[in-house]
Amino acid sequence: MLLSAVDSGWADPVRLHHEGRTARLLLDNARAVLADAIGVRPDDLYLTTSGTTAIRAGLTAVRAARSRVGQTVVHSAVEHSAVLHSGGESAVEVGVDMQGRVDLEAFSTAVRQPGVALAAVQSANHEVGTRQPISALAEACGDVPLLVDAAASVGHDAVPAGWSVLTASAHKWGGPAGVGLLAVRKGTRITPAWPMDEREDGLSPGFPNVPNALAAAAALQARLSEAAELDKQHRAWIDEVRRRVAADISDVEVVGDPEDRLPHILTFSCLYVDGEAIVTALDAEGFAVSSGSACTSSTLRPSHVLAAMGVLTHGNVRISLGRSTTYADIDRFCAVLPGIVQRIRAEVGM
Amino acid sequence: MNVDLDCRGLLCPLPVIKLAKTLPTVAIGDTITVLADDPAAATDIPAWCRMRSQELVSADENQYVVRRLS
Repeated sequence: MLLSAVDSGWADPVRLHHEGRTARLLLDNARAVLADAIGVRPDDLYLTTSGTTAIRAGLTAVRAARSRVGQTVVHSAVEHSAVLHSGGESAVEVGVDMQGRVDLEAFSTAVRQPGVALAAVQSANHEVGTRQPISALAEACGDVPLLVDAAASVGHDAVPAGWSVLTASAHKWGGPAGVGLLAVRKGTRITPAWPMDEREDGLSPGFPNVPNALAAAAALQARLSEAAELDKQHRAWIDEVRRRVAADISDVEVVGDPEDRLPHILTFSCLYVDGEAIVTALDAEGFAVSSGSACTSSTLRPSHVLAAMGVLTHGNVRISLGRSTTYADIDRFCAVLPGIVQRIRAEVGM
Repeated sequence: MNVDLDCRGLLCPLPVIKLAKTLPTVAIGDTITVLADDPAAATDIPAWCRMRSQELVSADENQYVVRRLS
């Protein structure tokens, strides 16, 4: 798919020559498929160069358009770092409970203060899987636009309603890196906060990657066609890992909402275990896992998500299941993990 | 009685491991004052108290007081 798109969609879609018009057609097709998949009109969907740029463009463009109202961005403490970085110093952070769910009452109070340009809350958390109560949050927002970062959900879970701006990222549903979605609900005012060109109404400057947009659309279509089946499978498998990790390993904290969550993500932390050591040991067993522990991050700070939830940050492991994950993988993971944890603990005399 | 535990300069999980190893050396009801400057300690020492059912008496900047309950 990607290779044939590179052959036919290489030209600049704003040019008038034959190749340019072909590229334009392919881009329009990709946009129509992506818009349909997330339930918006093609005119309301902009394609950006990543999920991060979609968040930055959407957040800053809405804030600029509402500069007469104020500059404040209200967001949860567990948002993607792109939201935290774009919110700036005047941002108001709303806390979460131990499962990672935003405090609805505190959010409602914060969003009603004067000077709020917009609110930003994710559909579900990318590290612990907990869903956020988007429709209740949207109701609390009233006239204040709500940006929903749906990167962790699109392709895996239903797209929530009630947003003014929605963002997503193709690589999260198995598409290529370098394609972000920025949907802006009709009636939401936006003013791009940088020099504008003719691309994507100024929201994503520069020559677009048409082949990758097409590949992203094809991947999302394929993903959605098997989403119901994967949802059932992944939910059952994550439930099993949750149960076996808690039963077979002492002093472990399995975090995130066990029910109201994404189907494919699980996070847990093991007391006295070094995060880098457990990631490396699992890698040697053929498992590619992530970690929110400080020693695995370039900043040497623990995951802001785990810290905001108040749960153990060291010895942290995050697994996410893909379409090619099998039950044999799940079973072997649960079988090798207790021994790995025991060995790492023994090395430090625990 | 209180025992001081200097974990400054140590990265997690080391401060928590040292705390866990020190716990059995103090009597039930006594406290351990942990000095730890790793940012992860701010989350992990309170989490350890919760998971191991010990009391977190106070958590100030880089200083945590833990009471042995069991």
